[in-house]
Amino acid sequence: MATGEFAGHVPHAHAAPQSFIRKWVFSLDHKVIGLQYFFLALTAVFVGMFLSLLMRIHLVWPGVSLPLIGDIKPETYLSLLTMHGTIMVFFVLTTAPQGGFGNYFLPIQIGAADMAFPVLNMLSFWVTFIAFLVLIAAFFVAGGAPLHGWTGYPPLSALQSAGPGEGLGADLWVISIALFCIGALMSALNFITTTLDMRAKGMSMMRMPLTCWAWFITAILGLLAFGVLLSAGILLLLDRNAGTSFFVPLVTVNGIMAAHKGGSPLLWQHLFWFFGHPEVYIAILPAMGLCSQLVSVFSRKPIFGYKAMVYAMLSIGILGFMVWGHHMFMSGISPYTAFAMSVMTMAIGVPSAIKTFNWIGTLWGGKIRFTPPMLFAIGFVSLFVTGGISGPFLAQPILDIPLHETFFVIAHFHLIMGVASIFGIFAATYYWFPKMFGRMMNERMARLHFWFSFVGTYAIFMPMHYTGMAALLRRYSQYTELTYMHGLAPLNKFITYAAFITIAGQFIFLFNLFWSMKRGEKASDNPWEATTLEWTTATPPPHDNFGGLTPVVYNGPYEYSVPGAPQDYLMQTDAPVKAVGH
Amino acid sequence: MHESTSTVSLGHREDGWGRELKFDSRLRRARLGLLIGLVGVLMIFISFTSAYIVRQGLPTFDPATNTLVRDWFSVRLPRLLFVNTILLLLSSAAMELARRRTLQDVQSTNDSPNSESRIQWLALTGLLGLSFLVGQWTVWRELASAGFYISTNPSSSFTYLLTGTHGAHLLGGIVALLVAVAAALLRRPIESRAILVDIAGWYWHSMAILWVYILCLLEFAR
Repeated sequence: MATGEFAGHVPHAHAAPQSFIRKWVFSLDHKVIGLQYFFLALTAVFVGMFLSLLMRIHLVWPGVSLPLIGDIKPETYLSLLTMHGTIMVFFVLTTAPQGGFGNYFLPIQIGAADMAFPVLNMLSFWVTFIAFLVLIAAFFVAGGAPLHGWTGYPPLSALQSAGPGEGLGADLWVISIALFCIGALMSALNFITTTLDMRAKGMSMMRMPLTCWAWFITAILGLLAFGVLLSAGILLLLDRNAGTSFFVPLVTVNGIMAAHKGGSPLLWQHLFWFFGHPEVYIAILPAMGLCSQLVSVFSRKPIFGYKAMVYAMLSIGILGFMVWGHHMFMSGISPYTAFAMSVMTMAIGVPSAIKTFNWIGTLWGGKIRFTPPMLFAIGFVSLFVTGGISGPFLAQPILDIPLHETFFVIAHFHLIMGVASIFGIFAATYYWFPKMFGRMMNERMARLHFWFSFVGTYAIFMPMHYTGMAALLRRYSQYTELTYMHGLAPLNKFITYAAFITIAGQFIFLFNLFWSMKRGEKASDNPWEATTLEWTTATPPPHDNFGGLTPVVYNGPYEYSVPGAPQDYLMQTDAPVKAVGH
Repeated sequence: MHESTSTVSLGHREDGWGRELKFDSRLRRARLGLLIGLVGVLMIFISFTSAYIVRQGLPTFDPATNTLVRDWFSVRLPRLLFVNTILLLLSSAAMELARRRTLQDVQSTNDSPNSESRIQWLALTGLLGLSFLVGQWTVWRELASAGFYISTNPSSSFTYLLTGTHGAHLLGGIVALLVAVAAALLRRPIESRAILVDIAGWYWHSMAILWVYILCLLEFAR
C-alpha cells in the first residue's frame, strides 16, 4: 500500500458493488471486466488450440478416425481452419492483450479510478462475449461451421450454396464478427478517452509507461479499423441474404448460375485487409509495450530511447494503414500499387528495427533478473525478430507470389503475430498475476512452461518455412497422396509431434494459473521492485484503485539505477532525487 | 514489501474521480468520448462511400453479349427525400435550442422552472426525427413500387444501404433523446441532464450533417 497522507475517502464514479451479480457478472469495475476478458480469451485459446491439433492430426494421418469426432472430411478441415483463425485472431490476440490487461491496468497505470465510461466498458465485454457464443454456435447448426477461412473471401463466403457450412454457419460467422467489431469500437472509444482525459496530476503523455502508449495506439488503430470491417460485414450479410451483389460477380455454383452479377470479390479484400493489416499491430503492439516495460524492470535500467520507442510505435501504427495491398499481390492488382505497398511494407522494418535495437540496448550491461515474465519478454523479442525477418521476403511481390499459398506464410504470421503476441500475454500474466490475485505464480512450473513453449514454437514453425519453400500448399486438407510431397512427410510428422508436446506444455500454465490463485506464495505490493503506479497500491487493488487517494506523479516510468536514490529505483510517485555530482 | 515514499494528495479531483468532477470536466470528457465515437461511425460511412465509388465504376460481364457492360442504373431519388431532409434539419434546430437552454440552466444554477420547455424542445426534436424516419420508410416503399428493390441494381442496393444505416444511427439518437427526457422527468441532477442533452444534441447534429452528405452522394454521384 502506498504511504503518504490519507485525508479521507473520495467517492468513486460508481459505488462498490455488493451482490455477486453486480460484482462479478455485470460489473462496472474495469478490473473485473479485465478479468472477464482474460478468462474469455483463455477459454478461446484452448478451443483454438484444440482445433489446430485436429488439423495437424488430419494433415499427417488423414485416414484416422478420431473418438467422438469421427472422420475429418475435407470440408471439416476447412471449417477447423476457419474457426481456428477466427477464434485466435479476434477472441485471443485482440481480446487478451487489450481487453484483458489493458482494461485492468491502463486506469491504474495512469492514476485513474476507472475507465472513462464504465457502463460502456461493461457493454463492450458482454457484446464480445455474445459474439464468441454466436461464433461457437456455428459448430452446432445444420451444415456446421463455415469453410471460407478467417479472411472470409467471397464469392465462397457470400453464397449460401457454395458448400457445407456456408449456410447458417457462415451467417453466424458474419454476425459474430460484426458484434465483435461493435464491442471493439466501444472499447476503443473508452481507451482513448481514458488516456487523454483521466491521467493523474503529473502524468504527462511522455511520463506514461510504454504499456499505456501501446494500448492507446492500439485503441486508435481499432477505432479506425473495426468500423471498416463492420461495414464490410454488413455488405457481406446483404450479399448473402438480401440478394445484393457488392462482392459477388457472375458465378456458377455446381453448374447453376447464382442470382448475382457484377460484384467485386476484390472490393471485399480491400476492405478486409484495410482492417486486417492493422489488426496485426492491434495484436502485437500491446506485447511490444509490455516487453519494453519488462526489459527495463528486469534489467534494472531505464528503457533505452523512451521517445524513440513511442515514435516507433506511432510510426508502426500509421504505416500499418498503408500496406494492406501486400496481402493482395496474388489478386492481380496493378504493379504500381503493388510496388507502393511493397515499399511501405518494407519501411515498417525501420521502426521495428528501432524497437529491437532499443530492447537489446536496454538489456546491454543490465543487471538482468531472469524471472518468468522476463523469460517470456526475451522470448517475445526472439520471436519478433525471427518472424519479422521473413516479412521483407513476403513484402516483395516477386517472392510473395510463389510463397503466398504455402506454409511459408503460415510460419511467418504465426511467429510474428500469433506466438509472439501470445508470449506477450504469458509475460503479462506472470508479471501482473501477483497484483491481480495477491499471490505469486509457481516459478518452477513457469520456467518449465517457458521452455516447452519456446522450444516447441520453434520446433513447429521453423520447419514450416522449409515445407513452404518446398511448395507445401496451405488450405489443402490432404497431400499425402501427392508423390512429390512424400519427402516432406517426416518433417510434417515432426511438426505434429512438436505441436502435441507444446500444447501439452500449456496445461502446465493452466494448472499453475489456478493452483497459484489458491496455493501460491503471498505476494507483496511490489514484488518485482517496479516503478509504475500499479505497484504503489494494495494487492489486489481496492475498488477505486488507490483506496480513496489520488496519486501525484513526479517521475518517468523507468527510473532504475538512479544515482543518489535510496534504492535502485524511484517510484513514479516518489519525490525526485537530485543527481549526485551535479 | 516496498515502502514507497509516495506523495499523495487529494487536490486533484479533476482526474478520474467520477461524481466529484466539476461540470466542465465531465462535459469535456463526454464530448471527447462522443467525438471519438463519431470517428468510428465516420469510418463505416467512409467504407460505404469507397465501396459505392468502386462498385459504380466496375464493368460486369454480360453473358448474352459476351462483353463487359456497365450495370449501374441511376436511381431517381423520390422528392420526399428532400422533404425528409428539411424535417431533419428542423429537428436539429429544435435540438440546438434544447441544448443551449439546458446549458444556460446549469450556468445559472436554475434547476427546474423552465425544464418543461426543455422537454418540449426535446420532444419536438424526437417527433421531427420520427417523422424523418417514417418519411424514409415511405421513400423505401416508393422505390419498391417503382421496381427498385435492394437487389435490383447496385445503385438501389447502395440507396437502401446508406439510408438504412443512417436511419439505424438516427434511431440511436432517438433513444438518447428518450434517456434525456427520462432524466428530466426523474429530476436527475441538472448537470447530468445537461450533459445528456448536450451529447444527444451533438450526436443529432452529426447525424443531420451525415444525412446531408449521404443525400449529396446519392444525388450528385449517381
